Amino acid sequence: MFWLQYAAPHRLYALAGRIYPLAFVLAIVLTLVGLYLGFWVAPADFQQGQAYRIIFIHVPASWMSMVIYVAMAFWAWLGLAFKTRVSGMMTQALAPTGALFCFLSLWTGALWGKPMWGAWWVWDARLTSELILLFLYLGYIALTRAIDDPRRADRAGAVVALVGVVNVPIIYFSVKWWNTLHQGASVSLTKSPSMAAVMLWAMLVMTLAFWAYALGMAFYRVRQTILEREHDAVWVGELKEIAP
Amino acid sequence: MLSVQQLACERGGKRLFSDLSFTIESGQCVQVHGANGAGKTSLLRIVCGLAEAMQGRVCWRGADTRLDPGSFRAELVYLGHAPGLKDELSAAENLDFQSQIDGCALSPLQIETALQRVGLGRQQHLPLRRFSQGQKRRVALARLVARPARLWVLDEPLAALDHAAQQLVSQLVAAHLQADGLALVTSHQPLGVESMDLRLGA
Amino acid sequence: MSAHLQACAALLRRDLRGAARRPGDVATPLFFFVVVSALFPLAIGPELGTLRLIGPGIVWVGALLSSILAMHRLFAADLADGSLEQLALSPTPLGLLVAAKVLAHWLLSGAPLVLVAPLIAVQFDLGFDSTLVLMLVLLLGTPVLSLIGAVGAALTLGLRGAELLLCLLVLPLYIPVLVFGAGAVQAQLGGLGAHAHVSVLLALLSAAAFLCPWAGSAALRIALE
Repeated sequence: MFWLQYAAPHRLYALAGRIYPLAFVLAIVLTLVGLYLGFWVAPADFQQGQAYRIIFIHVPASWMSMVIYVAMAFWAWLGLAFKTRVSGMMTQALAPTGALFCFLSLWTGALWGKPMWGAWWVWDARLTSELILLFLYLGYIALTRAIDDPRRADRAGAVVALVGVVNVPIIYFSVKWWNTLHQGASVSLTKSPSMAAVMLWAMLVMTLAFWAYALGMAFYRVRQTILEREHDAVWVGELKEIAP
Repeated sequence: MLSVQQLACERGGKRLFSDLSFTIESGQCVQVHGANGAGKTSLLRIVCGLAEAMQGRVCWRGADTRLDPGSFRAELVYLGHAPGLKDELSAAENLDFQSQIDGCALSPLQIETALQRVGLGRQQHLPLRRFSQGQKRRVALARLVARPARLWVLDEPLAALDHAAQQLVSQLVAAHLQADGLALVTSHQPLGVESMDLRLGA
Repeated sequence: MSAHLQACAALLRRDLRGAARRPGDVATPLFFFVVVSALFPLAIGPELGTLRLIGPGIVWVGALLSSILAMHRLFAADLADGSLEQLALSPTPLGLLVAAKVLAHWLLSGAPLVLVAPLIAVQFDLGFDSTLVLMLVLLLGTPVLSLIGAVGAALTLGLRGAELLLCLLVLPLYIPVLVFGAGAVQAQLGGLGAHAHVSVLLALLSAAAFLCPWAGSAALRIALE
C-alpha cells in the first residue's frame, strides 16, 4: 500500500518537511481571504449588527476542534492496531492545535455572547460540550507529558483518545438534553443568523484556513518529535540541518 | 518447544538486543547472563508476554504465543523480582489465591505439602508480614512446587536466599527438568544445574 | 469457564478481605460524601424549597468526588508487590479480573452511598418517592463511576501526580452520569417521572460494564510494559 511507506519515520520527516511550509502559506492566504469576506464583504446582520461577525472565527474553530479530535482518534486507532510508532507521534502532534481551537472557540463564544445576551458565559449545549472537549484535550496532553517512556505515552494516550471519541457524542447528547430541559429563555448560540451565501463562503474559507494551519502545525511538530525520538538513527546524523 | 526468533528489544530509547534467537526443548534449561541493564529481565518479560518486543516473535509448541495467550499462560509460571504475595494473608492463603488465579485450584493438603517441601510447613498459617525476606521467597518457590507448569521463567531466583534455600532451588529446578520441564533463568550466581548459557549485551 | 469465575471470585474475596483489615479506606470516602452533602445547606441557607432544588445535584457531585478519592489506589498496591504481573499472566482474561476488582471497589465505595442516601435525602427534604429514585439512580450510576474510574486508574498507574491526572481524565467522562442521575431525581420531584433517565443510566451501565474492563485491561498491559 502506498501510504505504508510513510510509517517509516525518515520518510514521514521528509514528506512533512515538504508539506508544512506550503500549508502555512495556504493558511495565511485563506485566512486573509476569509477575514476579508467575513468582515468587509458580508452584510451586517439586521438583528445583531456588526458583532455577529465573530462567528466567522467561532464556528470554524468549533468545527476544527472536533475534526482534530476525530483525527487524533483515527491515528490512535492506527497506532494500536498496526503498532506503528509514527501514529502516536501524529496524535501527539495534533493535540495542542486541537486544544487551541477549542480554547479559541470558547473565547469567541464568550465574546459573541456578551453583546448578544449580556453574559460572558451561557450554558449553551454546544459551548458546554466545547468546554468538556477542552478538558478531554488537556487530559490527553497532561497524560502524555507525564509518562516518560515514549511508547507507553503513545499507547496510553491512544486509549484516552479512543475512550474520549466514544464519549464525545454521549457527552454532547447529555448536555444538549440537560440544556433543553433547563433553559428558560431560548438562549442559543446555535441559532445562527439567516445565512447569506457570502457568509457561508466566509465560514468555509476560514475553516479551510484553520485546517491548513492545523496540518502545517501538526507536520511541523511531528518533525520535532521524530528528531527527538530517532536521534540515534544514522539518517538523522546525515541530515543537512544536523550534520556540520 | 519454546522458540525465540529474531527478538529485538528497546527500553528507554536504547536498543538492548536485536536478532536474538534460541530454542529450549523439554528437559533443558537456559541461563541468561549479562551485566545489569543488559536486558535480562526485559527478555524474560517478553517471553512471558508481559512486554512487547520491537521485532521477532516467541513460539510455544510451534505457535506464536500472541495468537493464544491463554493456553500459553496456563503452562507458564513466572517468578519475578516482586513475588506477588500479600503481607496480610498467610502463606497458605497466598498459595490458595495464587493457584485460583493460575487456573488450577489446590486442595489444602496440596498446599500444605508444597509448603512443607520448601520448609515452611509449620508456619503456613502465619501472616506473611511475620516472615523474613528469605522465608517470603520460599513461599514464592512453593508455587513452583504446587503448580504443574511446563515452562519456568525465573528472574534471579537465588537472590536473598541463604545457602540451604539456594540448594533447594537447584533441587527444584533439577527435578523439574527431569520431569521434561523447561526453564529460562537469569542468575548472577551459578544455578547448580546443567544449562545452556546465553549472554546479553556484549 | 468455571475456572475463570473461580479466579474472579478469589480476587474479589481477596480485595474485600484486604479492605476489611483497613476500615479507614472504606470509611473515609463515605464520611466525605456525608460531610460534603451537609456543608451545602450550611453554605446556602435552610430554605427548604432551595434545598430541594439543589439537593439532587449536590448529592451527585458528592458521589462523584468521593468515588474518585481512592480510585488511583485501585491497582497501585498490586503493582508494587508484583500481584498485578501475576494477574496479567493468568489464563483468565485480564478484563474479567479487572471487572472483579471494580466490583470489589464498588461494593466498598459505591454501595455504601446507596445505603446512606436516605439520610442525605432527608437533609434536602426530597420526599419518599424522590428518595427511592435517588437510591435507584445511585445504584445504577455508582458502578459506572467505578468502571470509568478504573480505566483512568489503569492509565495513570505509577505516574507522578496520578491523583490529579486521574481527576482530569475521568471527571469529564462522568458528566453524562451526573446529568442523568441528578436529572432523574429532579424529574421525580417535578412530577414528571424518571423513566427516561433511568433507561439512559441503564444503557450507560451496560455499555460501561462491557467496554471498561476491556479498556482497563489494555491500559494495564500498557502500564506493565
